[in-house]
Amino acid sequence: MASMSASRPATETLASKAPTDWSGPAMTARIKGRYRSEFVFKYAGLAALVVAALFLVFLLFTIVRDGASGFRSTDVKVTVTYDPTILGIDQAAAKGPGGKQLIEQGNFQGLLTTADTGLGVGTNVVSEGAWLVLREAVIADPSLLGKTATLWVPTRSNFDLLAKGKFDLDAADEARGVNDADIAAYRQLESRGLLKTGFNWTFLTSADSTTPELAGIWGAAKGSLLTLLVTLVLSFPVGIFAAIYLEEFAPKNRWTDMVEVSINNLAAVPSIIFGLLGLAVFLNFLNMPRSAPIVGGLTLALMTFPVIVIAGRVAIKAVPPSIRDAALGVGASPVQVVFQHVLPLALPGILTGTIIGMARALGETAPLLLIGMRAFVTEIPSGLSNPATALPVQVFLWSDDVARGFVEKTSAAIIVLLIFLMLMNSVAIYLRNRFERRW
Amino acid sequence: MADLNAGSVVAARNAADVVTTKMTARNVNVYYGAKQALKDVSIDVSQENVTAFIGPSGCGKSTFLRCMNRMNDTVASARVEGEIKLDGEDIYKGGMDVVQLRARVGMVFQKPNPFPKSIYDNVAYGPRIHGLAATKADMDAIVEGSLRRAGLWDEAKDRLGESGTAMSGGQQQRLCIARAIAVDPEVILMDEPCSALDPIATAKIEELIDELRGRYAIVIVTHNMQQAARVSQKTAFFHLGTMVEYGDTSMIFTNPSEPRTKDYITGRYG
Amino acid sequence: MADQTSHTVKSYDDDIHQLRSLISQMGGLCEAQIIDAIDALTRRDAEAALKVVATDARIDALEGEAEKLAIQIIALRAPMATDLREIVACLKISSVLERIGDYAKNIAKRASALAQAAPIEPMVIVPEMARVVAVMVKDVLDAFVDRDPELALAVCQRDQTVDNFYSSLFRSLLTFMMENPHHITPSTHLLFIAKNLERIGDHATNVAEMVHYSATGHLISERPRGDDTAFATSAAA
Repeated sequence: MASMSASRPATETLASKAPTDWSGPAMTARIKGRYRSEFVFKYAGLAALVVAALFLVFLLFTIVRDGASGFRSTDVKVTVTYDPTILGIDQAAAKGPGGKQLIEQGNFQGLLTTADTGLGVGTNVVSEGAWLVLREAVIADPSLLGKTATLWVPTRSNFDLLAKGKFDLDAADEARGVNDADIAAYRQLESRGLLKTGFNWTFLTSADSTTPELAGIWGAAKGSLLTLLVTLVLSFPVGIFAAIYLEEFAPKNRWTDMVEVSINNLAAVPSIIFGLLGLAVFLNFLNMPRSAPIVGGLTLALMTFPVIVIAGRVAIKAVPPSIRDAALGVGASPVQVVFQHVLPLALPGILTGTIIGMARALGETAPLLLIGMRAFVTEIPSGLSNPATALPVQVFLWSDDVARGFVEKTSAAIIVLLIFLMLMNSVAIYLRNRFERRW
Repeated sequence: MADLNAGSVVAARNAADVVTTKMTARNVNVYYGAKQALKDVSIDVSQENVTAFIGPSGCGKSTFLRCMNRMNDTVASARVEGEIKLDGEDIYKGGMDVVQLRARVGMVFQKPNPFPKSIYDNVAYGPRIHGLAATKADMDAIVEGSLRRAGLWDEAKDRLGESGTAMSGGQQQRLCIARAIAVDPEVILMDEPCSALDPIATAKIEELIDELRGRYAIVIVTHNMQQAARVSQKTAFFHLGTMVEYGDTSMIFTNPSEPRTKDYITGRYG
Repeated sequence: MADQTSHTVKSYDDDIHQLRSLISQMGGLCEAQIIDAIDALTRRDAEAALKVVATDARIDALEGEAEKLAIQIIALRAPMATDLREIVACLKISSVLERIGDYAKNIAKRASALAQAAPIEPMVIVPEMARVVAVMVKDVLDAFVDRDPELALAVCQRDQTVDNFYSSLFRSLLTFMMENPHHITPSTHLLFIAKNLERIGDHATNVAEMVHYSATGHLISERPRGDDTAFATSAAA
C-alpha cells in the first residue's frame, strides 16, 4: 500500500510488481476456502428450504388428516310413515292452493321422533335437524302424505364420529366423550346395515348450526365472497387511481411526501385497528347494519387499499420510461400516456398485488370480529346487508365450540379457506402470465 | 484558381445554399433545480440541413434537444429560460399546446422504444390520437407511407400484425422513425438514434436520415463524431453546458476554430 | 501552434510522432542528397555521385514506410481536424520529398557524366543556387517539425530567388551553347541540373504550403484574400 502512495503512477507500480503466483500454496488455500464457504452456504440454504418444506407438509398433513372426515357424514336409514295426524296437516287441503305453506307448518319433528323410536335402539340416533329432510321430501312430492317410505337421514354427531372411528373406545367412560348407550346403539345399527357414510353435501351447502352434523361452510363462504366483492369494488379503483395520481401527476412536494409516507404506514397498521375504525365509523357513526358484508367489505377495503396503492405504484414505476417518452414524443397527452400505455403495461403487476391484497383480506379475522361478523348466522346471506360471517371467522368460531363434532369441521373449514386462497393465487399467476409483455 | 475549386467543393458538401430557418433558440438557459445545465445557447436550425449536436457526456446537448419539443416538461425540477421559436412562434409561451408541439416536432430516442403493440398500431398510434385519418383506408395509407419512407415497408408489410418489439434493434429504430413521421412532423429530433445499433443497422438509419433531409428539419444528437460527420451539414459542439462552436460540418471536422472543439474532435479532450 | 496537447489514447500520439519522424528523416536525407550531389558535381567526383544515386533507394523505402503508416493511422484512428490535416500533409510531403530525392539522384547522375566532360564556366552559379534550395528544404522541414506557419510562408517567398537563379543560368547557358557547339552536352546537363534545382525549390514551396495548411487550416493562397476581405469589411464598418 505504501507503494501506492508514492508519486509513481499506479501502472508503473503494477508493472514492477512480481507476477501473481496463481498456483502457490497461499492461493490454493484461498481457493479451497472459497469453495468450502460456497459449499456451506449452498447446503445451509438447502437445509433451510427443507425445514420450511417440512413445516408446510406438517401443517397441511395435520389439517388434511383432521379435516378430511369433515367432508363426510353418516346417515341412518329410517322408515317414516307420513301420518297426516301426527303432522297435523289436512291431506286434502295440502293438495289445494296454499298447500305448500300448510306443509311447511307441519309437525315434522314429531314425525321424526316417531321414526327415530321406530329404529328400536333405545336412544336418539337421528339428528335433531333431520326433520328438514322429511319436510323437503314432502314439499317435493305432496302425494307422499299418508304413505310410508324409507329414507336416509343424518345421524347425531356422536354416531357420525363413531362411524369415523373418532372415539377411543378403550378409554375410561368419562374420558372417551361418548356414553355406553350410544356405543351399543351404534353397534346394533351397524350390524343391521342401517348406517352409511358418504360425502357431506350439507357441509358445502348450508350455513352454521349448533349441531355439528348440520353445520355448513357455505354461509361463511358466501359471506366472505360478498365481503370481498365490496372490498374489491371499493379498493381496486380507488387504489389504482391513487397510485396513478401519486406516480404520474402529483407534484413532488412536502404534501405528496406526507401522503406517501401515510399510505406506506397505513399498510403496516395492525388489522384490528381497522376493525375499531370500522366499528366507530360505519356502525356507531353511520349506523350501518351490524354483521353485514357491506360493513366488513368497507373495513377490509380500508385495509387493502394501501396494499393496492403500493403494488400499483411499484408496477407503474416498473413501466420503462422509454414507453412514456415514446408516447409523449408523438404527442400523446399525459392522460393518454397513462391509460393507453402505462396502465396496460402495469396491469399484471397491479392485478397480482390486488389479488394478494384480497387474499390477505380473505384471511383477515380481527377487524371482522369487531364489526360483528362473528355472529352465529344460520341463514345463508343473500345480500350485502344481511347478517353474515366470513370463512376465517367461521374457523375461529368452530375452533371455539365445545361440541366434539366441530373439531373436524374446523379443519375442513380451514381446507376450504386454503383452497380459496390457492385459487386466488392461481388467478394472480395466470393474470400475470397472460398480460405480461416483453419489451 | 485553387481557392475557387476549394470553395465549390465546400458548397457541394453543404447542400443547401439558401436555407430557411425552422427553429431558433436565443439565450436558452436550463436549470435542473439549482444546477445550470445549459448556458446561453443560441442556434438556428434550418429546414434543409441536418444539424448534429456533438459533445462529451453531460454537456447539455440532449438537454437542449429535449427543450426543443418540451420533453423537459416531464422533469419536474427542470426550468427553461430564454426563447425557442418554431416558425417564429415561441414554444414556451403560455398558449402553446404541448401536445400539438410534440406532434410538429417529433422525437426518436436513444433506445428503440416501440410500443408493445403490433407494427401497424405502432405507426397508427400518432395519427389516431391526433385524428389524422378519417377512414381505415386513410390510416392504411398513412401507415404504408410512413413505413415506406422509413425504409421498412418491404420488411414489415407481411407482418404488420406482429409485435413491434419482436423486430431486430435496427428495424425497431426505423419503426420508431416511421412512428415519428406518421404524424407528419415538421422537425424530427433524434437523440443518439444509433447508439444501440450495430454498424449495418446504423448505416441504414444514416441513409434514412439522408433521404429524409429536406422533407423534415432534422436535428441529431450523437456521441459518434464520425456519424455526425457523415449525416449532418451543420454541427454544433457543446461543452459544459455551453455551445462552443456551431458551423458547417465540413469546417468543424477539418478546421474547427475553437481549441476546445479541436481537442474534442481530435480525441484530446479531458 | 504549440498547443498540441496529447491525445487521450497515448499510442495515437506515438503513431503520429513516428510518422513525423519518418518525414523528418526523409527531409534530412533529401537535404544531404542535394548537398552531396552538388558536392560531387563541383568536385567532379564520379564515385561520390554514384553513392548519391545509390542512397536514393533509402528515401524511396522511407516514403513507402511513411505512406503505409499514414494509411494505417487513417484507417485505425480516424483522425479529425488538425490530426487529419497533419496526416494528409505527411502523406503528401512524403511523396514530394521522394520526388526531391529523385531530382537529387538525377543531379548526381548528371554530375558523374559531367565529371568526364571539360568544366564550363557557368558551373559556378549552380552551387550557389543549390545552397539556396538546400536551405529552403531545410527551413521547410524545420517549419514542419515546429509546425511553424510563418517560416513556411517565408520559404514560399524565397522561391522567387531560385526562379531568378534559374532564368539567369538559362540565359547564360544558352549564350554559352551558341558560342561553342562543343559546350552543348555539358551545358544541357547543367541546364537540366538547374531545372532540377528549380523543381526542388517548387516542391519545397509545395511542402511549405502543406505545412502551412496543416498548421493553420488555411491555404496560403486563401490568406491574403481573407486579409483583403477583412480590411474591406472593417473599412465598410
